[in-house]
Amino acid sequence: MAATATTDATTTFDKKTWMGGVEPMNASYGKLMMWFFLISDTFTFSALLVTYGLIRFSYPAWDPAIHGEVFQFSNLYWPIPEKVYNSVPFFHGVDLPLVFVGLMTFILIFSSVTMVLAVEAGHRRDRADVEKYMLWTILGGLTFLGSQAWEWSHFIHGTDQGTIIRELVGGEWIQRTIFGANLIENQYGPPAFADLFFFITGFHGTHVLSGVVLNILIFYRTATGLYDRRGHYEMVEKVGLYWHFVDLVWVFVFTFFYLV
Amino acid sequence: MAGHHNPEFDNHSGTDVTPPQTAIIWRTFWILAGITALEFLIAFTMPANTLRIAIFCGMTIVKAFYIVGEFMHLKHEVKSLIWSILLPCIFVVWLLVALLVEGGSIFGLR
Repeated sequence: MAATATTDATTTFDKKTWMGGVEPMNASYGKLMMWFFLISDTFTFSALLVTYGLIRFSYPAWDPAIHGEVFQFSNLYWPIPEKVYNSVPFFHGVDLPLVFVGLMTFILIFSSVTMVLAVEAGHRRDRADVEKYMLWTILGGLTFLGSQAWEWSHFIHGTDQGTIIRELVGGEWIQRTIFGANLIENQYGPPAFADLFFFITGFHGTHVLSGVVLNILIFYRTATGLYDRRGHYEMVEKVGLYWHFVDLVWVFVFTFFYLV
Repeated sequence: MAGHHNPEFDNHSGTDVTPPQTAIIWRTFWILAGITALEFLIAFTMPANTLRIAIFCGMTIVKAFYIVGEFMHLKHEVKSLIWSILLPCIFVVWLLVALLVEGGSIFGLR
């Protein structure tokens, strides 16, 4: 499409097409590469979430008729997310299902908004506004990471009562109480449930962490005037794409891990 | 919050100061926040069944549309870029359906 440039009368060899003067798909090289990196990252996250779906469907769900009227944690069936994620910092012992994870979702969506505001300020080449919104975005990212650290810590240490499990050791059935979850045992349900929790939220958290590092870099380069000297704020847009992607992944993790 | 921009602000380049165009950004934010709030409402008022799962999936796709379309600006890119991002995702849907069926049959064999 770009080869039919009208700038050159002799269309035998359009130098611009092959010397980097033309942007395929009307997007700069950097933005295009970010998009294709993100699509490959989409596949990685999809593979993890699809694995979650496969393993979840291969386990029985809690059925009041078989497992008792009151829901209890057991490694025999998949837990109900509302019963697992029901704690909020400073409200010990209060049953607040999904409140904390909902708060985390709002924090991440909000930091996505401040990021897009930073991109918009970059279009206007308004350095102070870019700095302001980048700082808000970094703050949102750090708050999210802190919340996730608390969530993991709670998940690992478990509830006050723990869960009594029966297991076959050396030909004998023994009973013991386990607290919290790790990669081998899990008080909330089958061990695979905890494995998937650590892997998926951990992988997402790693993305948030690298996003925060990139945001700090962008903030630093904005504050030292690099993009003003360069004449455009496209780096803010590229890192913005990555940051929105992290938010997007969380939307899916939130639905498939916590809601469904 | 959108209106906090200082009009006498100097943008360091000394040229024209364009006002911020943030109305669409905040509208998208309120849509996303509203859908998330609605998801909570459904999570606590509706019994868990296939219909609820379908509603959650639908709302997630709507949220994804707004994040990718507006925040990531894909809606305003050229068609070839839009399709080269969207088409590969169809394979993800296929993989999801295939492996959920597979998971169901593993459950049946256990």
